[in-house]
Amino acid sequence: MEWLNSAYQSVADFSVWWFSQPAVLIMLQIVMIVTPLMLAVAYLTFAERKIIGAMQVRMGPTRVGPRGWLQPIADALKLIFKEIIIPTGANKVLFVIAPILSIGPALAAWAVIPFNAEYVLADINAGLLYVLAITSVGVYGVIIAGWASNSKYALLGAMRSAAQIVAYEIAMGFALVTVIMAAGSLNIGTIIEAQSGSPLHWFWLPLLPMFVIYFISGVAETNRAPFDVAEGESEIVAGFHVEYSGMVFAVFFLAEYANMILISVLAAVLFLGGWLSPFEGWLPEAWFEITGLGLLLGHGVHWLLIKTAIFLFFYLWLRATFPRYRYDQIMRLGWKVFIPITIVWLMVVGLMILTGFGWWFD
Amino acid sequence: MIEKLIFYIFAIIMVFGATMVITVRNPVRAALFLVLTFFASAAIWMLLEAEFLAITLVLVYVGAVMVLFLFVVMMLDINTALLKEGFIRYLPVGIGVAILLVVMLVGVVGPENFSLDEMAAPERHGADYSNTRELGSVLYTVYVYPFEIAAVILLVAIIAAITLTLRKRPTTKYQNPDSQVSVKRDDRVRMVKMKSEEKK
Repeated sequence: MEWLNSAYQSVADFSVWWFSQPAVLIMLQIVMIVTPLMLAVAYLTFAERKIIGAMQVRMGPTRVGPRGWLQPIADALKLIFKEIIIPTGANKVLFVIAPILSIGPALAAWAVIPFNAEYVLADINAGLLYVLAITSVGVYGVIIAGWASNSKYALLGAMRSAAQIVAYEIAMGFALVTVIMAAGSLNIGTIIEAQSGSPLHWFWLPLLPMFVIYFISGVAETNRAPFDVAEGESEIVAGFHVEYSGMVFAVFFLAEYANMILISVLAAVLFLGGWLSPFEGWLPEAWFEITGLGLLLGHGVHWLLIKTAIFLFFYLWLRATFPRYRYDQIMRLGWKVFIPITIVWLMVVGLMILTGFGWWFD
Repeated sequence: MIEKLIFYIFAIIMVFGATMVITVRNPVRAALFLVLTFFASAAIWMLLEAEFLAITLVLVYVGAVMVLFLFVVMMLDINTALLKEGFIRYLPVGIGVAILLVVMLVGVVGPENFSLDEMAAPERHGADYSNTRELGSVLYTVYVYPFEIAAVILLVAIIAAITLTLRKRPTTKYQNPDSQVSVKRDDRVRMVKMKSEEKK
Protein backbone atom coordinates (compact mmCIF):
# COMPACT_ATOMS: atom_id res chain seq x y z
CA MET A 1 0.00 0.00 0.00
CA GLU A 2 2.86 2.31 0.87
CA TRP A 3 4.42 2.15 -2.59
CA LEU A 4 1.06 2.67 -4.30
CA ASN A 5 0.52 5.78 -2.25
CA SER A 6 3.94 7.20 -3.05
CA ALA A 7 3.53 6.33 -6.73
CA TYR A 8 0.19 8.12 -6.75
CA GLN A 9 1.80 11.04 -4.95
CA SER A 10 4.60 11.34 -7.49
CA VAL A 11 2.17 11.16 -10.42
CA ALA A 12 0.06 13.85 -8.79
CA ASP A 13 3.14 15.96 -8.12
CA PHE A 14 4.24 15.55 -11.70
CA SER A 15 0.89 16.59 -13.11
CA VAL A 16 0.74 19.56 -10.75
CA TRP A 17 4.20 20.60 -11.89
CA TRP A 18 3.24 20.03 -15.50
CA PHE A 19 0.09 22.13 -15.31
CA SER A 20 1.87 24.95 -13.54
CA GLN A 21 4.20 25.50 -16.47
CA PRO A 22 3.25 28.80 -18.17
CA ALA A 23 3.57 27.34 -21.66
CA VAL A 24 1.26 24.41 -20.83
CA LEU A 25 -1.22 26.73 -19.14
CA ILE A 26 -1.30 29.02 -22.16
CA MET A 27 -1.78 26.04 -24.46
CA LEU A 28 -4.72 24.90 -22.34
CA GLN A 29 -6.24 28.38 -22.43
CA ILE A 30 -5.83 28.51 -26.19
CA VAL A 31 -7.65 25.19 -26.50
CA MET A 32 -10.38 26.54 -24.22
CA ILE A 33 -10.89 29.50 -26.57
CA VAL A 34 -10.43 27.82 -29.94
CA THR A 35 -12.61 24.74 -29.35
CA PRO A 36 -15.81 26.66 -28.55
CA LEU A 37 -14.93 29.05 -31.37
CA MET A 38 -14.75 26.24 -33.92
CA LEU A 39 -18.01 24.81 -32.60
CA ALA A 40 -19.55 28.27 -32.87
CA VAL A 41 -18.35 28.52 -36.47
CA ALA A 42 -19.95 25.16 -37.29
CA TYR A 43 -23.28 26.14 -35.80
CA LEU A 44 -23.10 29.65 -37.25
CA THR A 45 -23.29 28.04 -40.70
CA PHE A 46 -26.30 26.07 -39.49
CA ALA A 47 -27.90 29.20 -38.01
CA GLU A 48 -27.24 31.00 -41.27
CA ARG A 49 -29.05 28.39 -43.31
CA LYS A 50 -31.94 28.15 -40.87
CA ILE A 51 -32.40 31.91 -40.40
CA ILE A 52 -32.08 32.80 -44.07
CA GLY A 53 -34.40 29.88 -44.76
CA ALA A 54 -36.97 31.30 -42.36
CA MET A 55 -36.62 34.76 -43.92
CA GLN A 56 -37.28 33.28 -47.34
CA VAL A 57 -40.13 31.07 -46.05
CA ARG A 58 -38.16 27.84 -46.42
CA MET A 59 -37.27 25.15 -43.89
CA GLY A 60 -33.49 25.16 -44.18
CA PRO A 61 -31.64 21.88 -43.55
CA THR A 62 -33.91 19.32 -41.85
CA ARG A 63 -32.61 15.89 -42.85
CA VAL A 64 -29.43 15.20 -40.84
CA GLY A 65 -30.19 14.50 -37.20
CA PRO A 66 -33.18 15.84 -35.27
CA ARG A 67 -34.46 18.94 -37.14
CA GLY A 68 -31.17 19.08 -39.05
CA TRP A 69 -29.00 19.75 -36.01
CA LEU A 70 -26.20 17.44 -37.18
CA GLN A 71 -25.95 19.16 -40.57
CA PRO A 72 -22.70 21.07 -39.81
CA ILE A 73 -21.04 17.83 -38.65
CA ALA A 74 -22.07 16.15 -41.89
CA ASP A 75 -20.75 19.10 -43.90
CA ALA A 76 -17.42 19.00 -42.07
CA LEU A 77 -17.05 15.24 -42.64
CA LYS A 78 -17.84 15.68 -46.32
CA LEU A 79 -15.20 18.39 -46.71
CA ILE A 80 -12.58 16.36 -44.83
CA PHE A 81 -12.96 13.35 -47.12
CA LYS A 82 -12.93 15.32 -50.35
CA GLU A 83 -9.83 15.34 -52.50
CA ILE A 84 -7.58 18.38 -52.37
CA ILE A 85 -6.79 19.36 -55.95
CA ILE A 86 -3.80 21.57 -56.63
CA PRO A 87 -3.98 23.03 -60.15
CA THR A 88 -1.00 22.25 -62.42
CA GLY A 89 -0.07 25.87 -63.04
CA ALA A 90 -0.42 26.84 -59.39
CA ASN A 91 2.41 27.89 -57.12
CA LYS A 92 2.19 24.88 -54.81
CA VAL A 93 3.83 26.33 -51.70
CA LEU A 94 1.84 29.57 -51.71
CA PHE A 95 -1.33 27.70 -52.67
CA VAL A 96 -1.13 25.69 -49.45
CA ILE A 97 0.12 28.57 -47.28
CA ALA A 98 -2.75 30.89 -48.28
CA PRO A 99 -5.54 29.26 -46.23
CA ILE A 100 -3.20 29.03 -43.23
CA LEU A 101 -2.45 32.76 -43.53
CA SER A 102 -6.17 33.32 -43.70
CA ILE A 103 -7.15 31.43 -40.55
CA GLY A 104 -4.07 32.27 -38.46
CA PRO A 105 -4.92 35.95 -37.89
CA ALA A 106 -8.62 35.11 -37.46
CA LEU A 107 -7.69 32.95 -34.46
CA ALA A 108 -4.70 34.95 -33.15
CA ALA A 109 -6.80 38.08 -32.61
CA TRP A 110 -8.81 36.22 -29.97
CA ALA A 111 -5.82 36.31 -27.61
CA VAL A 112 -6.69 39.78 -26.31
CA ILE A 113 -10.50 39.49 -26.12
CA PRO A 114 -11.64 39.62 -22.47
CA PHE A 115 -14.51 37.24 -21.69
CA ASN A 116 -15.17 38.73 -18.26
CA ALA A 117 -13.29 40.79 -15.71
CA GLU A 118 -10.65 38.08 -15.18
CA TYR A 119 -10.66 35.79 -18.18
CA VAL A 120 -8.37 37.08 -20.89
CA LEU A 121 -5.52 35.15 -22.44
CA ALA A 122 -3.14 38.07 -22.94
CA ASP A 123 -3.95 41.25 -21.02
CA ILE A 124 -1.61 43.55 -22.98
CA ASN A 125 -1.38 47.33 -23.01
CA ALA A 126 -1.74 47.76 -26.75
CA GLY A 127 -4.60 45.27 -27.09
CA LEU A 128 -6.73 47.15 -29.60
CA LEU A 129 -3.71 48.05 -31.71
CA TYR A 130 -2.79 44.38 -31.76
CA VAL A 131 -6.27 43.41 -32.96
CA LEU A 132 -6.13 46.03 -35.71
CA ALA A 133 -2.70 44.87 -36.86
CA ILE A 134 -3.52 41.16 -36.76
CA THR A 135 -6.81 41.50 -38.63
CA SER A 136 -5.12 43.59 -41.31
CA VAL A 137 -2.78 40.66 -41.98
CA GLY A 138 -5.72 38.38 -42.86
CA VAL A 139 -5.99 39.90 -46.34
CA TYR A 140 -2.78 38.12 -47.35
CA GLY A 141 -4.60 34.80 -47.30
CA VAL A 142 -7.00 36.12 -49.92
CA ILE A 143 -4.37 37.84 -52.06
CA ILE A 144 -1.95 34.92 -52.06
CA ALA A 145 -4.75 32.43 -52.74
CA GLY A 146 -5.85 34.49 -55.71
CA TRP A 147 -2.40 34.82 -57.15
CA ALA A 148 -1.13 31.30 -56.43
CA SER A 149 -4.18 29.65 -58.04
CA ASN A 150 -3.02 30.87 -61.46
CA SER A 151 -6.60 31.50 -62.48
CA LYS A 152 -8.16 34.66 -63.86
CA TYR A 153 -11.26 34.52 -61.69
CA ALA A 154 -9.19 33.95 -58.57
CA LEU A 155 -6.86 36.84 -59.40
CA LEU A 156 -9.79 39.17 -60.03
CA GLY A 157 -11.32 38.15 -56.70
CA ALA A 158 -8.02 38.79 -54.91
CA MET A 159 -7.70 42.23 -56.54
CA ARG A 160 -11.20 43.23 -55.52
CA SER A 161 -10.69 41.98 -52.01
CA ALA A 162 -7.34 43.77 -51.58
CA ALA A 163 -8.73 47.13 -52.72
CA GLN A 164 -11.85 46.73 -50.63
CA ILE A 165 -10.10 45.71 -47.43
CA VAL A 166 -7.54 48.53 -47.65
CA ALA A 167 -10.36 51.03 -48.22
CA TYR A 168 -12.49 49.93 -45.29
CA GLU A 169 -9.60 49.37 -42.92
CA ILE A 170 -9.03 53.13 -42.79
CA ALA A 171 -12.62 53.90 -41.80
CA MET A 172 -12.51 51.05 -39.31
CA GLY A 173 -9.22 52.28 -37.86
CA PHE A 174 -10.60 55.79 -37.39
CA ALA A 175 -13.73 54.39 -35.74
CA LEU A 176 -11.49 52.49 -33.32
CA VAL A 177 -9.43 55.63 -32.68
CA THR A 178 -12.57 57.38 -31.38
CA VAL A 179 -13.13 54.45 -29.02
CA ILE A 180 -9.54 54.73 -27.83
CA MET A 181 -10.00 58.47 -27.28
CA ALA A 182 -13.23 57.98 -25.35
CA ALA A 183 -11.77 55.25 -23.15
CA GLY A 184 -8.30 56.78 -22.85
CA SER A 185 -6.66 53.39 -23.22
CA LEU A 186 -5.64 50.77 -25.74
CA ASN A 187 -6.24 47.93 -23.32
CA ILE A 188 -9.53 46.21 -24.14
CA GLY A 189 -10.30 45.40 -20.50
CA THR A 190 -9.90 49.08 -19.58
CA ILE A 191 -12.09 50.08 -22.55
CA ILE A 192 -14.89 47.88 -21.20
CA GLU A 193 -14.51 49.22 -17.67
CA ALA A 194 -14.65 52.77 -19.01
CA GLN A 195 -18.18 51.99 -20.21
CA SER A 196 -19.53 50.75 -16.88
CA GLY A 197 -22.53 52.49 -15.34
CA SER A 198 -25.56 51.68 -17.42
CA PRO A 199 -26.38 50.89 -21.07
CA LEU A 200 -26.43 54.65 -21.61
CA HIS A 201 -22.77 54.77 -20.54
CA TRP A 202 -21.76 52.34 -23.25
CA PHE A 203 -19.94 53.92 -26.15
CA TRP A 204 -22.64 53.23 -28.71
CA LEU A 205 -24.41 56.44 -27.74
CA PRO A 206 -21.67 59.10 -27.88
CA LEU A 207 -20.01 57.31 -30.82
CA LEU A 208 -23.21 56.33 -32.64
CA PRO A 209 -22.01 57.16 -36.20
CA MET A 210 -18.73 55.36 -35.48
CA PHE A 211 -20.63 52.35 -34.17
CA VAL A 212 -22.61 52.07 -37.41
CA ILE A 213 -19.54 52.66 -39.56
CA TYR A 214 -17.51 50.15 -37.59
CA PHE A 215 -20.06 47.40 -38.12
CA ILE A 216 -20.58 48.15 -41.83
CA SER A 217 -16.80 48.28 -42.34
CA GLY A 218 -16.60 45.01 -40.46
CA VAL A 219 -19.05 43.43 -42.89
CA ALA A 220 -16.96 44.78 -45.77
CA GLU A 221 -13.71 43.56 -44.18
CA THR A 222 -15.03 40.03 -43.83
CA ASN A 223 -16.18 40.03 -47.47
CA ARG A 224 -19.74 39.22 -46.51
CA ALA A 225 -22.92 40.16 -48.36
CA PRO A 226 -23.70 42.84 -49.50
CA PHE A 227 -19.95 43.50 -49.90
CA ASP A 228 -19.01 40.02 -51.13
CA VAL A 229 -17.66 41.06 -54.52
CA ALA A 230 -14.46 39.13 -53.75
CA GLU A 231 -16.51 35.97 -54.19
CA GLY A 232 -19.25 37.32 -56.45
CA GLU A 233 -20.73 34.00 -57.60
CA SER A 234 -22.65 35.64 -60.41
CA GLU A 235 -19.62 37.42 -61.87
CA ILE A 236 -16.38 35.63 -61.02
CA VAL A 237 -17.63 32.19 -59.95
CA ALA A 238 -16.25 32.11 -56.40
CA GLY A 239 -13.49 34.68 -56.57
CA PHE A 240 -10.24 33.96 -54.76
CA HIS A 241 -11.13 30.38 -53.75
CA VAL A 242 -12.40 28.96 -57.05
CA GLU A 243 -9.52 26.52 -57.28
CA TYR A 244 -9.73 25.30 -53.70
CA SER A 245 -11.49 22.09 -52.77
CA GLY A 246 -11.93 19.83 -49.76
CA MET A 247 -10.18 20.74 -46.53
CA VAL A 248 -8.22 23.72 -47.86
CA PHE A 249 -11.50 25.27 -48.94
CA ALA A 250 -12.95 24.44 -45.53
CA VAL A 251 -10.12 26.38 -43.89
CA PHE A 252 -11.06 29.51 -45.88
CA PHE A 253 -14.64 28.93 -44.84
CA LEU A 254 -13.65 28.60 -41.18
CA ALA A 255 -11.57 31.77 -41.41
CA GLU A 256 -14.46 33.74 -42.90
CA TYR A 257 -16.86 32.70 -40.15
CA ALA A 258 -14.26 33.08 -37.39
CA ASN A 259 -13.68 36.62 -38.67
CA MET A 260 -17.41 37.31 -38.59
CA ILE A 261 -17.57 36.21 -34.97
CA LEU A 262 -14.47 38.27 -34.18
CA ILE A 263 -15.94 41.45 -35.69
CA SER A 264 -19.18 40.82 -33.77
CA VAL A 265 -17.33 40.28 -30.48
CA LEU A 266 -15.28 43.43 -31.05
CA ALA A 267 -18.39 45.46 -31.81
CA ALA A 268 -19.96 44.12 -28.60
CA VAL A 269 -16.80 44.81 -26.59
CA LEU A 270 -16.04 48.28 -27.92
CA PHE A 271 -19.51 49.76 -28.26
CA LEU A 272 -21.90 47.66 -26.18
CA GLY A 273 -19.84 47.19 -23.04
CA GLY A 274 -18.70 43.59 -23.59
CA TRP A 275 -19.48 41.52 -20.51
CA LEU A 276 -21.18 44.41 -18.69
CA SER A 277 -24.76 43.69 -17.69
CA PRO A 278 -27.43 45.86 -19.37
CA PHE A 279 -29.31 45.95 -16.05
CA GLU A 280 -26.49 47.76 -14.29
CA GLY A 281 -27.69 51.14 -13.09
CA TRP A 282 -31.38 50.35 -13.66
CA LEU A 283 -32.16 47.63 -11.15
CA PRO A 284 -31.59 48.11 -7.40
CA GLU A 285 -28.22 46.81 -6.16
CA ALA A 286 -29.92 44.21 -3.95
CA TRP A 287 -31.18 42.32 -7.01
CA PHE A 288 -27.65 41.38 -8.00
CA GLU A 289 -27.13 39.78 -4.56
CA ILE A 290 -29.90 37.20 -5.07
CA THR A 291 -28.35 33.77 -5.49
CA GLY A 292 -28.76 32.39 -8.98
CA LEU A 293 -30.81 35.22 -10.42
CA GLY A 294 -28.21 37.78 -9.37
CA LEU A 295 -25.54 35.88 -11.24
CA LEU A 296 -27.72 35.90 -14.32
CA LEU A 297 -28.52 39.60 -14.05
CA GLY A 298 -24.98 40.67 -13.11
CA HIS A 299 -21.90 41.05 -15.28
CA GLY A 300 -20.73 37.93 -17.00
CA VAL A 301 -19.65 36.20 -20.15
CA HIS A 302 -23.27 35.39 -21.05
CA TRP A 303 -23.96 39.07 -21.83
CA LEU A 304 -20.96 39.13 -24.16
CA LEU A 305 -22.33 36.05 -25.93
CA ILE A 306 -25.82 37.53 -26.27
CA LYS A 307 -24.48 40.81 -27.67
CA THR A 308 -22.25 38.90 -30.09
CA ALA A 309 -25.20 36.81 -31.22
CA ILE A 310 -27.17 39.97 -31.99
CA PHE A 311 -24.43 41.20 -34.31
CA LEU A 312 -24.13 37.79 -35.94
CA PHE A 313 -27.88 37.88 -36.56
CA PHE A 314 -27.38 41.27 -38.23
CA TYR A 315 -24.79 39.69 -40.51
CA LEU A 316 -27.29 37.04 -41.63
CA TRP A 317 -30.12 39.53 -41.86
CA LEU A 318 -28.04 41.78 -44.11
CA ARG A 319 -27.21 38.83 -46.32
CA ALA A 320 -30.86 37.84 -46.68
CA THR A 321 -32.01 41.40 -47.31
CA PHE A 322 -29.62 43.35 -49.52
CA PRO A 323 -28.51 42.78 -53.09
CA ARG A 324 -24.77 42.88 -53.77
CA TYR A 325 -23.20 46.31 -54.06
CA ARG A 326 -21.77 47.34 -57.37
CA TYR A 327 -17.97 47.47 -57.10
CA ASP A 328 -17.52 51.20 -57.77
CA GLN A 329 -20.24 51.96 -55.23
CA ILE A 330 -18.37 49.98 -52.59
CA MET A 331 -15.28 52.07 -53.23
CA ARG A 332 -17.31 55.26 -53.20
CA LEU A 333 -18.97 54.37 -49.89
CA GLY A 334 -15.62 53.54 -48.30
CA TRP A 335 -13.51 56.45 -49.49
CA LYS A 336 -15.99 59.26 -50.06
CA VAL A 337 -18.60 58.67 -47.36
CA PHE A 338 -17.16 56.74 -44.43
CA ILE A 339 -13.68 58.26 -44.19
CA PRO A 340 -14.93 61.90 -44.18
CA ILE A 341 -17.59 61.05 -41.58
CA THR A 342 -15.04 59.35 -39.33
CA ILE A 343 -12.62 62.29 -39.60
CA VAL A 344 -15.40 64.74 -38.68
CA TRP A 345 -16.50 62.60 -35.74
CA LEU A 346 -12.88 62.39 -34.59
CA MET A 347 -12.99 66.16 -34.15
CA VAL A 348 -16.40 65.94 -32.45
CA VAL A 349 -15.09 63.38 -29.95
CA GLY A 350 -12.07 65.63 -29.34
CA LEU A 351 -14.44 68.50 -28.55
CA MET A 352 -16.56 66.26 -26.31
CA ILE A 353 -13.48 65.30 -24.32
CA LEU A 354 -12.34 68.92 -24.12
CA THR A 355 -15.68 70.12 -22.78
CA GLY A 356 -16.32 67.08 -20.58
CA PHE A 357 -19.54 66.40 -22.46
CA GLY A 358 -22.28 64.43 -20.70
CA TRP A 359 -21.51 61.58 -18.33
CA TRP A 360 -19.15 59.83 -20.75
CA PHE A 361 -16.31 62.31 -20.67
CA ASP A 362 -16.54 63.89 -17.21
CA MET B 1 19.45 33.94 -22.58
CA ILE B 2 16.06 33.21 -24.12
CA GLU B 3 15.88 36.80 -25.33
CA LYS B 4 19.17 36.37 -27.15
CA LEU B 5 17.86 33.18 -28.71
CA ILE B 6 14.69 34.94 -29.89
CA PHE B 7 16.76 37.83 -31.21
CA TYR B 8 19.03 35.57 -33.24
CA ILE B 9 16.12 33.55 -34.63
CA PHE B 10 14.33 36.65 -35.86
CA ALA B 11 17.55 38.30 -37.01
CA ILE B 12 18.34 35.24 -39.14
CA ILE B 13 14.81 35.25 -40.57
CA MET B 14 15.14 38.94 -41.31
CA VAL B 15 18.48 38.70 -43.06
CA PHE B 16 17.27 35.66 -44.99
CA GLY B 17 14.09 37.48 -46.04
CA ALA B 18 15.96 40.61 -47.05
CA THR B 19 18.41 38.58 -49.14
CA MET B 20 15.56 36.76 -50.85
CA VAL B 21 13.85 40.06 -51.69
CA ILE B 22 16.72 41.07 -53.94
CA THR B 23 17.66 37.64 -55.32
CA VAL B 24 14.36 35.94 -56.03
CA ARG B 25 13.20 36.19 -59.64
CA ASN B 26 9.47 36.51 -59.23
CA PRO B 27 8.39 40.02 -58.10
CA VAL B 28 5.37 38.70 -56.19
CA ARG B 29 7.54 36.36 -54.18
CA ALA B 30 10.01 39.21 -53.60
CA ALA B 31 7.19 41.32 -52.17
CA LEU B 32 6.10 38.45 -49.93
CA PHE B 33 9.65 38.04 -48.63
CA LEU B 34 9.64 41.77 -47.86
CA VAL B 35 6.52 41.12 -45.76
CA LEU B 36 8.43 38.40 -43.91
CA THR B 37 11.29 40.83 -43.31
CA PHE B 38 8.90 43.41 -41.86
CA PHE B 39 7.46 40.79 -39.54
CA ALA B 40 10.87 39.77 -38.27
CA SER B 41 11.89 43.39 -37.65
CA ALA B 42 8.60 43.95 -35.80
CA ALA B 43 9.49 41.01 -33.56
CA ILE B 44 12.91 42.54 -32.88
CA TRP B 45 11.31 45.84 -31.97
CA MET B 46 9.11 43.92 -29.54
CA LEU B 47 12.30 42.74 -27.82
CA LEU B 48 13.23 46.43 -27.41
CA GLU B 49 9.89 47.00 -25.60
CA ALA B 50 8.84 49.24 -28.49
CA GLU B 51 5.50 47.50 -28.92
CA PHE B 52 3.81 50.54 -30.46
CA LEU B 53 6.39 50.77 -33.24
CA ALA B 54 6.33 47.01 -33.76
CA ILE B 55 2.55 46.77 -34.06
CA THR B 56 2.37 49.91 -36.21
CA LEU B 57 4.97 48.45 -38.53
CA VAL B 58 2.75 45.42 -39.02
CA LEU B 59 -0.40 47.52 -39.27
CA VAL B 60 0.89 50.12 -41.73
CA TYR B 61 3.56 48.38 -43.77
CA VAL B 62 2.31 44.80 -43.77
CA GLY B 63 -1.40 45.54 -43.59
CA ALA B 64 -1.62 48.41 -46.05
CA VAL B 65 1.55 49.38 -47.93
CA MET B 66 2.60 45.89 -48.96
CA VAL B 67 -0.98 44.99 -49.90
CA LEU B 68 -0.96 47.86 -52.38
CA PHE B 69 2.53 46.82 -53.54
CA LEU B 70 1.27 43.31 -54.22
CA PHE B 71 -1.83 44.75 -55.84
CA VAL B 72 0.34 46.50 -58.43
CA VAL B 73 2.98 43.80 -58.78
CA MET B 74 0.42 41.05 -59.36
CA MET B 75 -1.03 42.91 -62.30
CA LEU B 76 2.32 43.41 -64.00
CA ASP B 77 3.56 40.82 -66.41
CA ILE B 78 7.27 41.34 -65.89
CA ASN B 79 9.73 39.60 -68.15
CA THR B 80 12.37 38.43 -65.68
CA ALA B 81 14.88 37.52 -68.39
CA LEU B 82 14.91 41.12 -69.55
CA LEU B 83 15.55 42.31 -66.01
CA LYS B 84 18.59 40.06 -65.65
CA GLU B 85 20.20 41.26 -68.91
CA GLY B 86 22.20 44.24 -67.69
CA PHE B 87 23.32 42.49 -64.50
CA ILE B 88 27.03 42.05 -65.36
CA ARG B 89 27.28 45.46 -66.94
CA TYR B 90 25.92 47.26 -63.89
CA LEU B 91 27.67 45.03 -61.34
CA PRO B 92 30.73 47.31 -60.80
CA VAL B 93 28.51 50.35 -60.22
CA GLY B 94 26.32 48.32 -57.87
CA ILE B 95 29.29 47.14 -55.83
CA GLY B 96 30.61 50.71 -55.68
CA VAL B 97 27.28 52.02 -54.37
CA ALA B 98 27.04 49.15 -51.88
CA ILE B 99 30.52 49.85 -50.47
CA LEU B 100 29.76 53.56 -50.24
CA LEU B 101 26.54 52.84 -48.35
CA VAL B 102 28.26 50.48 -45.93
CA VAL B 103 31.01 53.02 -45.22
CA MET B 104 28.45 55.77 -44.59
CA LEU B 105 26.33 53.54 -42.38
CA VAL B 106 29.31 52.42 -40.30
CA GLY B 107 30.37 56.05 -40.03
CA VAL B 108 27.01 57.01 -38.53
CA VAL B 109 26.02 53.96 -36.48
CA GLY B 110 29.55 52.70 -35.86
CA PRO B 111 31.02 51.96 -32.44
CA GLU B 112 32.29 55.54 -31.87
CA ASN B 113 28.68 56.79 -31.75
CA PHE B 114 26.69 53.82 -30.54
CA SER B 115 29.06 51.67 -28.49
CA LEU B 116 28.11 50.70 -24.94
CA ASP B 117 30.34 53.48 -23.56
CA GLU B 118 28.55 56.12 -25.61
CA MET B 119 25.07 54.69 -25.13
CA ALA B 120 24.28 52.43 -22.21
CA ALA B 121 22.05 49.42 -22.84
CA PRO B 122 18.44 50.44 -22.19
CA GLU B 123 17.19 49.23 -18.86
CA ARG B 124 14.19 46.92 -18.60
CA HIS B 125 10.87 48.49 -17.68
CA GLY B 126 8.15 47.06 -15.48
CA ALA B 127 4.89 45.52 -16.71
CA ASP B 128 3.03 48.83 -16.35
CA TYR B 129 5.34 50.55 -18.83
CA SER B 130 3.40 51.63 -21.89
CA ASN B 131 5.49 52.39 -24.93
CA THR B 132 2.49 54.04 -26.61
CA ARG B 133 2.02 56.53 -23.78
CA GLU B 134 5.73 57.34 -23.61
CA LEU B 135 5.91 57.97 -27.36
CA GLY B 136 2.75 60.05 -27.34
CA SER B 137 3.79 62.22 -24.43
CA VAL B 138 7.05 63.14 -26.15
CA LEU B 139 5.68 63.36 -29.68
CA TYR B 140 2.88 65.79 -28.82
CA THR B 141 4.88 68.03 -26.49
CA VAL B 142 8.60 68.26 -27.22
CA TYR B 143 8.45 67.30 -30.91
CA VAL B 144 5.02 68.67 -31.75
CA TYR B 145 6.22 71.08 -34.48
CA PRO B 146 8.48 68.62 -36.34
CA PHE B 147 5.66 66.08 -36.06
CA GLU B 148 3.04 68.42 -37.50
CA ILE B 149 5.39 69.63 -40.23
CA ALA B 150 6.12 66.04 -41.25
CA ALA B 151 2.37 65.39 -41.39
CA VAL B 152 1.80 68.41 -43.63
CA ILE B 153 4.67 67.40 -45.92
CA LEU B 154 3.15 63.93 -46.28
CA LEU B 155 -0.23 65.44 -47.04
CA VAL B 156 1.31 67.66 -49.71
CA ALA B 157 3.03 64.60 -51.20
CA ILE B 158 -0.26 62.68 -51.30
CA ILE B 159 -2.12 65.52 -52.98
CA ALA B 160 0.74 66.07 -55.44
CA ALA B 161 0.83 62.39 -56.35
CA ILE B 162 -2.91 62.30 -56.91
CA THR B 163 -3.02 65.47 -59.01
CA LEU B 164 -0.07 64.30 -61.12
CA THR B 165 -1.75 61.01 -61.98
CA LEU B 166 -5.34 62.21 -62.19
CA ARG B 167 -5.90 63.12 -65.82
CA LYS B 168 -9.28 64.11 -67.07
CA ARG B 169 -9.76 62.62 -70.49
CA PRO B 170 -12.85 63.36 -72.52
CA THR B 171 -13.34 59.64 -73.11
CA THR B 172 -13.43 58.75 -69.42
CA LYS B 173 -16.91 57.87 -68.26
CA TYR B 174 -18.17 58.82 -64.83
CA GLN B 175 -21.30 57.95 -62.98
CA ASN B 176 -23.09 60.51 -60.93
CA PRO B 177 -24.48 58.65 -57.93
CA ASP B 178 -26.57 61.67 -56.90
CA SER B 179 -28.57 61.70 -60.08
CA GLN B 180 -28.70 57.90 -60.05
CA VAL B 181 -30.21 57.82 -56.60
CA SER B 182 -32.62 60.69 -57.18
CA VAL B 183 -34.23 59.05 -60.18
CA LYS B 184 -38.00 58.78 -59.95
CA ARG B 185 -40.23 56.31 -61.66
CA ASP B 186 -41.77 59.04 -63.81
CA ASP B 187 -38.34 59.86 -65.32
CA ARG B 188 -37.87 56.38 -66.63
CA VAL B 189 -41.23 54.76 -67.18
CA ARG B 190 -44.15 56.09 -69.19
CA MET B 191 -47.48 54.49 -68.50
CA VAL B 192 -49.50 54.10 -71.61
CA LYS B 193 -53.21 53.45 -71.53
CA MET B 194 -54.59 51.75 -74.58
CA LYS B 195 -57.38 49.53 -75.54
CA SER B 196 -56.74 45.86 -75.85
CA GLU B 197 -56.71 44.56 -79.37
CA GLU B 198 -59.87 43.04 -80.59
CA LYS B 199 -60.03 39.73 -82.31
CA LYS B 200 -60.96 40.05 -85.90
